[in-house]
Amino acid sequence: MTGLAAAASQTSTGEAFQFWVLGTVAVIGALSTVLMKKAVHSALSLAGTMIVLAVFYLANGAYFLGVVQIVVYTGAIMMLFLFVVMLVGVTAADSLKETLKGQRWLAAGCGIGFGVLLIAGIGNASLNSFNGLGTANAEHGGNIEGLASLIFTKYVFAFEITGALLITATVGAMVLTHRERTERAKTQREMSEERVRGKQLPPLPAPGVYARHNAVDIPGLLPDGTPSELTVMQTLRNRGQIRDVSNESLDQLKALEQRSEERLGRDNEDEEVAK
Amino acid sequence: MNPVNYLYLAALLFTIGAAGVLIRRNAIVVFMCVELMLNACNLAFVTFSRMHGNLDGQIIAFFTMVVAAAEVVVGLAIIVSVFRSRHSASVDDASLMKL
Repeated sequence: MTGLAAAASQTSTGEAFQFWVLGTVAVIGALSTVLMKKAVHSALSLAGTMIVLAVFYLANGAYFLGVVQIVVYTGAIMMLFLFVVMLVGVTAADSLKETLKGQRWLAAGCGIGFGVLLIAGIGNASLNSFNGLGTANAEHGGNIEGLASLIFTKYVFAFEITGALLITATVGAMVLTHRERTERAKTQREMSEERVRGKQLPPLPAPGVYARHNAVDIPGLLPDGTPSELTVMQTLRNRGQIRDVSNESLDQLKALEQRSEERLGRDNEDEEVAK
Repeated sequence: MNPVNYLYLAALLFTIGAAGVLIRRNAIVVFMCVELMLNACNLAFVTFSRMHGNLDGQIIAFFTMVVAAAEVVVGLAIIVSVFRSRHSASVDDASLMKL
């Protein structure tokens, strides 16, 4: 599969089959990265495309790069993307209205033209045979050994500068996302005072004060006779299901007096009639 | 099949990524499209490495990956800080330098 022949022009049938199947998947993934409305879906499509590309690297004999692609790209970079999407992009929906008129069609036209140019350029190049990596890999005993011998000899300065770049990027990310504290940090005393201010510290009083009505939806009475809402549980308070019975017995007494008065009054009338 | 097909695929993916950069407004999606273009370049490098039978193409692809990782870290940090100050990740809203 890695092209052990010196100068072949055809790969194996298995690799061709793999290319056509996975290449379709890669193109579909790339298209849905561009066309999906939500950033999360775009990120997942891109992760799929990157995994397919990792398989292609392996098929092309770049074993080290294939593994690094999965570990670094789909493992680290895409998860960083998803993290930022969760932090930022989920609520920020992409506005679908065009701010520049016809910009999308122009952009699509430019893309198609560019693609045609690229593909025509590749088609015109005379790339009919390929050497394969067999000899290059075998020279130092394997793909990873070959890469290592190149990195630490020919490309050692680029490698060192890459290290400087990574350190700079790390510091840059820390500086960019750092936020200065604009107000003084609260002391422990202030926090503890804040925690108990404006709250009922002892247990809440029990509901109901009458022997006949000690149900949970009946508030207890304060010393001056007004009902206290604290004695009824929060849920019933929010639903407005508090029954106020503080005036019930007084009302009953009043009704009793009225009825007896009416009765007495009628009796008086009867007496008057009898007279 | 000739390995040139990998180059065609890389060109196609690069084109899709470039069109996405032009079309999309969400800064994160634009950034993902840039990543797609970088990946397409990597695929082309690896394929050229196989065609010419030396490992230099793979080395370049490896350095591209490192640079892409650094770029993603800084770029996402910029997006997060822009989102903090403007409450939007749309590239249309970041027009502070416009007159």
